Amino acid sequence: MAALSPELRPQRLDGDRSHRARRLGLFLALLLAVVAVISLGWGASGTSLMRAVSDLLAGRELVMQDRVVLLDIRLPRVLMGIFVGASLAVSGAVMQGLFRNPLADPGIVGVSSGASLGAILAIVLGGALPGWVAAFFGWYLVPVAAFIGGWLTTMALYRIATRRGRTSVATMLLAGIALGAIMAALSGLVILRANDRELRDLTFWGLGSLAGTNWPKLLAGAPIMALALISAPWLARGLNALALGEAAAGHVGIRVQKVKNRAILTVAGATGAAVAVSGGIGFVGIVVPHLLRLASGPDHRWLLVNSALLGAVTLLLADMVSRTVIAPAELPIGIVTAIMGGPFFLWILLRNRGVLDL
Amino acid sequence: MKRLALALILLAGPALADSHPEARRVLALGGSVTEIVYALGEESRLIGRDTTSNWPPEANALPDVGYVRALSPEGVLSVGPDLIVAEDGAGPPEAVAVLKSAGVAFVSVEERFDAEGVLDKVDAVAEALGVPDKGRVLHEKLAADLQAALGRAQAVTGEPKKVLFVLSLQGGRVMAGGADTAADGIIRLAGARNAMPGVQGYKPVTDEAVIEAAPDVILMMRRGDAQADADANGGSSHTAAKQAVLAVPALAQTPAGRDGAVVMMDGLKLLGFGPRTGEAAVELHDLIYAGS
Repeated sequence: MAALSPELRPQRLDGDRSHRARRLGLFLALLLAVVAVISLGWGASGTSLMRAVSDLLAGRELVMQDRVVLLDIRLPRVLMGIFVGASLAVSGAVMQGLFRNPLADPGIVGVSSGASLGAILAIVLGGALPGWVAAFFGWYLVPVAAFIGGWLTTMALYRIATRRGRTSVATMLLAGIALGAIMAALSGLVILRANDRELRDLTFWGLGSLAGTNWPKLLAGAPIMALALISAPWLARGLNALALGEAAAGHVGIRVQKVKNRAILTVAGATGAAVAVSGGIGFVGIVVPHLLRLASGPDHRWLLVNSALLGAVTLLLADMVSRTVIAPAELPIGIVTAIMGGPFFLWILLRNRGVLDL
Repeated sequence: MKRLALALILLAGPALADSHPEARRVLALGGSVTEIVYALGEESRLIGRDTTSNWPPEANALPDVGYVRALSPEGVLSVGPDLIVAEDGAGPPEAVAVLKSAGVAFVSVEERFDAEGVLDKVDAVAEALGVPDKGRVLHEKLAADLQAALGRAQAVTGEPKKVLFVLSLQGGRVMAGGADTAADGIIRLAGARNAMPGVQGYKPVTDEAVIEAAPDVILMMRRGDAQADADANGGSSHTAAKQAVLAVPALAQTPAGRDGAVVMMDGLKLLGFGPRTGEAAVELHDLIYAGS
């Protein structure tokens, strides 16, 4: 960092904003804790956290239904919501930093479709794999396949959109649409082979849901997401420097290629695992980082951490809506995030109409 | 992993006869199961249903726990069932495992689209509810209805007619019912042949395949909702749907198109594979062979 001249350091340049970002981070961490507790206590059934806690404090055995609802249904689901929300938002933030573009989002530029294709292939064709492969991967087969699908798509996208160190916005968006269409078509090919039952499953899976969350599923997806989330803050310096353009970043001592590779791995891991466990949940990746940039500036050191926190909060809130609004039935969460995020995305487009070179 | 092992043990359960005469709060999942519970006269024990359970109309007053294949475990538990009777394929499997671990009795009923299958289903639901006597009565009545359909089927002289089931006609694209569907099953019970035996499930088919199949009769379902009928069939009345069918050049060229042999039946009755299946088979038979 010593090599950076003062005017190239956005965080120092804007000390006030950095301060604000830190306070915002603390606030978001607190908010997440509160929302997580409310989320545990909130649901279709009459199970109440208060009753369970008072039972526990009084040394009484928990009622069977309380135990099942709290420990086997809500707790893994709340944890999954936190991991998935954080992963989607961080993926969005990293991609936007990598492409230097506020419109990059794993859902929009096809990375989610790539991850979906991986997951669908694993679901439909998993049975045909040799026994030792299935045994080796176990519960991890689908998340790993989704990770590979997301990784290949992100790589391809970056290769196509970048020429001589410059990433073109228009090329990226259009290539993303094309890649997404190809992935969706390949998924369609696989789906055509599926029977009616698998077909209906896949339809619901595409809408995104945390409804099937249980401990084994959480333990299959969470490690990959955790790894991506933990590694994300180390990208901050590189992404901050990349904001100046690749050549400038190289001049100030950033190993650009390494940053790019890591960023791609992070996006692929976070998006891939999130898609594998929860299906298609859109718009968290674009809305959350954008809100944070408006609130406290583009410094990735805070943006990445805060995105994780706000992403988790957003998804927990969306999930609370999804599991109570038509209770005892459940609205797929992807519908909730799209209804909330779609109009917001349009608003971003309108605001940036003059800025984007489209 | 313990939980998984438990789930596997519980999943292996339904092979044993599983009877719950004491169950007072029953949740029915799957349209045919709900219909059978009503036909058995056990509806006073029902406390909930799924989205596909909308016959008889009274069932719609029960709380809806969502689509049978996308259940939310907490939503299901919130209606407080002590017995769940479900068509097989209720899920997702994770949700079913959680429900079982919550101590709710869960009976899965096999689904096959033939006479044996629907009779077995009646027996299984009656067994689950612990009302074998009522089950036997319903079984006999349904068996008689099915026998009547079989009698008519056997009375057909010459080649059985070829029936093309059109699930929907959106944008002139024919979504046909192939093998292993309820549509295929009821067409057989009605003493006819499915015109699309080479397709698995409900799939879009090409115009050429439609012409090649040369159906004698085109069968469509009435959804009972004007908008849904207009969306899927191209019209909410029989006449409008028929016009929409004949407007598709490929369909118009088939023997069915030339004769204007387009028949419609209530969708739930036609495809439900529940207590009304015998009647449905007779009704469909009469519609198909009306002209001959």
